[in-house]
Amino acid sequence: MSKLHVTTTVNGDEVEYLCDPRETLLDCLRDKLNLTGAKEGCGTGDCGACSVTVDGRLVCSCLMLGVEAEGKQIETVEGIADGYVLHPLQKKFIEYAALQCGVCTPGILVAAKSLLEKNPDPTEEEARYWLAGNLCRCTGYDKIIRAVMDTAAELREAS
Amino acid sequence: MIQVHLWSSLRSLTGGQQVVEVEAATTGELLKELVRHHPRLQAPIDAGVSVAVDGRIIATGLSEPIPEGAEVYLMQRLRGG
Amino acid sequence: MALDHRKSIFNFVGTRPDRPDGLDKVTGRARFGADAYAPGMLHGAILRSPHAHARIVRIDTSKAEALKDVKAIVTRADFAVLPFKPGLEGEFWNVLENVMAGEKALYDGHAIAAVAATSALAARDALKLIEVEYEVLPHVTDVDNAMAADAPVIREGAADYSVPEGMHPNVVRYHESGHGDVEAGFAEADLVIEDSFVTEATHQGYIEPHACLASLGMDGKGELWCTTQGHWYAQKYCATLLGIETAQLRVTASEIGGGFGGKTTVFIEPVALALSRKANRPVKLVMNRSEVFRSTGPTSSASMDIKIGMKKDGTITAAQGIFRLQGGAFPGAPGDLTAMCAFAPYDLTNVRQVGYDVIANRPKQAAYRAPGAPMGAFAVESVLDELCNQLGLDPVDVRLKNAAAEGSKASYGPTYERIGLVETLEAAKAHPHYSAPLKPGQGRGISCGFWFNHGGETSVSLALSEDGSAQVMVGTPDIGGSRASMALMAAEVLGIPYENIRVTVADTASLGYNDVSHGSRVTYASGLATIKAANHAVEKLCERAAAKWGIPVDAVKWEDGCAVPSGPNAGDFDPLPLADITADMGATGGPISGHFEATPEGAGVSFGTHIVDAEVDSETGKTSIVRYTVIQDAGKAIHPTYVEGQYQGGAAQGIGWALNEEYIYGEDGRLQNSIFLDYRIPVASDLPMIDTVIVEVPNPGHPFGVRGVGETGIVPPLAAIANAVSNAAGVRMKQLPMSPPRILAALKEK
Repeated sequence: MSKLHVTTTVNGDEVEYLCDPRETLLDCLRDKLNLTGAKEGCGTGDCGACSVTVDGRLVCSCLMLGVEAEGKQIETVEGIADGYVLHPLQKKFIEYAALQCGVCTPGILVAAKSLLEKNPDPTEEEARYWLAGNLCRCTGYDKIIRAVMDTAAELREAS
Repeated sequence: MIQVHLWSSLRSLTGGQQVVEVEAATTGELLKELVRHHPRLQAPIDAGVSVAVDGRIIATGLSEPIPEGAEVYLMQRLRGG
Repeated sequence: MALDHRKSIFNFVGTRPDRPDGLDKVTGRARFGADAYAPGMLHGAILRSPHAHARIVRIDTSKAEALKDVKAIVTRADFAVLPFKPGLEGEFWNVLENVMAGEKALYDGHAIAAVAATSALAARDALKLIEVEYEVLPHVTDVDNAMAADAPVIREGAADYSVPEGMHPNVVRYHESGHGDVEAGFAEADLVIEDSFVTEATHQGYIEPHACLASLGMDGKGELWCTTQGHWYAQKYCATLLGIETAQLRVTASEIGGGFGGKTTVFIEPVALALSRKANRPVKLVMNRSEVFRSTGPTSSASMDIKIGMKKDGTITAAQGIFRLQGGAFPGAPGDLTAMCAFAPYDLTNVRQVGYDVIANRPKQAAYRAPGAPMGAFAVESVLDELCNQLGLDPVDVRLKNAAAEGSKASYGPTYERIGLVETLEAAKAHPHYSAPLKPGQGRGISCGFWFNHGGETSVSLALSEDGSAQVMVGTPDIGGSRASMALMAAEVLGIPYENIRVTVADTASLGYNDVSHGSRVTYASGLATIKAANHAVEKLCERAAAKWGIPVDAVKWEDGCAVPSGPNAGDFDPLPLADITADMGATGGPISGHFEATPEGAGVSFGTHIVDAEVDSETGKTSIVRYTVIQDAGKAIHPTYVEGQYQGGAAQGIGWALNEEYIYGEDGRLQNSIFLDYRIPVASDLPMIDTVIVEVPNPGHPFGVRGVGETGIVPPLAAIANAVSNAAGVRMKQLPMSPPRILAALKEK
């Protein structure tokens, strides 16, 4: 089967890859671009471990084909920190121990960042519903929600 | 003499006794002596047992001392998640 | 040198520093099972049985082999060559049979053949070309049906010595224990309640599917990278199944994306190694979610009969439980553990418990957090709640009245050492949650829970660097922040800052044998070993100081990171800091390291009490958990935040088990809900904040008093939630999960 050439932008860098039309964006990020931060937890869009943003919109990269990334702006967990400066969400996740195994963390950080960009002052309920597409099996979500709410408060104070 | 308490389904292997007496100073000796006096106990011991000595559960160790007069229970080997 | 004293005042232990793997995990850098790649790597895929029970008549791989992208295909025949260790038996045989079917497919999802190809897509395409002829056999998936006289026999001769005569061959192990005279006890009771309960199988539900990267040469030397709770276990089992020497296979544990017991065994690892050996190239094998559900885990399903007698004052006069656990097509369902744990919180004069291990056409059960205990607690604590309701007694008071304490005879036999159950119940009673008013439609439930905990074989090595920093090598994969806990314990002994210690999970070639990260053993056993290894290094540090000062070593003690004279008679020397000793250690006797290898046998048993408020929507049958409090004895919390994390995580998994999660099999014996959309684990919007109370009753078996905390947190939730829901709905819920249809049905029958 012939492969297709794709040019796209990931975390601000222009990248190219050849992919089989059946390969997902997640496959391409991981296997062709060495960006293994996004994880495949289910492959069916149910767990959110592969969350990325595409032109600013939160998507499950396992549900999007690699070829559909042509010309898009993609942001992954690897692009959340600004160089060596962590994003406030990343700092709070460490401080609150909002992760145990950490395999869902990349997706949750991408989703939480997307939430705070849309809604800087979410209620706990809004945060819980926004993150309902990101499964975590270790934490019971308590410390994750606290970290997100505290980050939101800190970002509001800073702005 | 150490009184060894067995779990009740082992009675079928000891002629109905749930408490048996053996001479033993360690957990390893205890298991050996149990089999010597009650050969049919080999099967449960091979399947895996733990020994509780005065309430402390010895999961696998064969060299743990058993003081005279200690309370000794044979237990099925524990498994964790 | 008094190095082995039991500590109660701490400088580092009990603080809450950031975890050492935090940065890697928030930036996407942490490398999990599927994040490894190798030059020339092939991709594997596994063909699985669509039948619950079928004889494999013929496997034809010729069409798949003809594809140019396909480099190797393996079936069971490729595991039969065992020159080094012929004649597998017992659990080795069970695991081999489970990772690749022999004569029969024993469950929907059982591995039949595997392919390695140049890409994952090519491997998947090749699977479609493998032709398998099956002779479909009658199957059984339900535990009660599997014990019935007319049930199909899954494996002749699988029963062990313990099964009494006359039972169906699917009953493979039997346990009975207890003491006193239950019949006499029931006769003394003012009220006896007898009832039956059912729980469905659930999956551990780790978010990271099984994944590995294997490389094995024809010379019998191999490398394996995998996500596992125990890489020495993986080494032993893979080497045995492939007929190679254990030491020739080096296994490295990746970061692990959740395990909860489900990654204490091997599934794809021996298959990847077999493919690699045949193709003579590295092979990466990653399960998809559906494979995880169909072929790994799950926990056992259970059918249970409970009978408890109580006096009007709340005294339990007798208790009896029959626990039938179905553990898939292989022996191993923890019916014995269910039986031994079910009544363990209570000081009972008359108790009898029976456990059955039953095989059925389902995947081989794997451990899941306190395996066997949650279902038993659900049944027992439900009956206790009903007794309290009918006698008009407070459920915490009744539990306090009957609670086991130091000196009580455990339901499984021995006399308890110091335990913390009463303290958790007193904390529950004093907690504001317990006296908070409930709204209409809400109910409150409480439950106690017990788990044994485990020690296990453990090796730790600690090495000091010239600059005074320390590296600690442990062999227990970090499943909950244990590297931080180890560093805190090492810091406590060495007296150097937490930040100057790096803890690494060593590979199998770098350290002695280590039992799996299971049985809530890591902070207990690897922690104890870390303390002892640090003590060992401190002894050497003291020797160097003694030599430098020209005084006997017993005149030197270790204090706050320095060697100091042990008293005024020892001489007048300035404290000698660790870094000053290590700076010239090469010249004063060589590198300074500490080691500890042993099987610690003092894990100490563990108790918890949970309080939960549930609200039931009588129109839809949906249950909301509105408030949840976990109270558990940690012995001593090394890193309290991570202890809280274990409590919260256990409760959340218990909530899923109680309300939503279940394996649903069709009439055809196939699993009908093998994706997360249909097998619904709790999401963020399902749960409230989960409050925690850490009770600390030190464990006499650990130098700092640690008791494992990982598993007990999942024992009380099923019962606590069932009690809350039953009290809210006004009808006793006897089957889990309490999904909306079941609640509506129960409300209708009320």
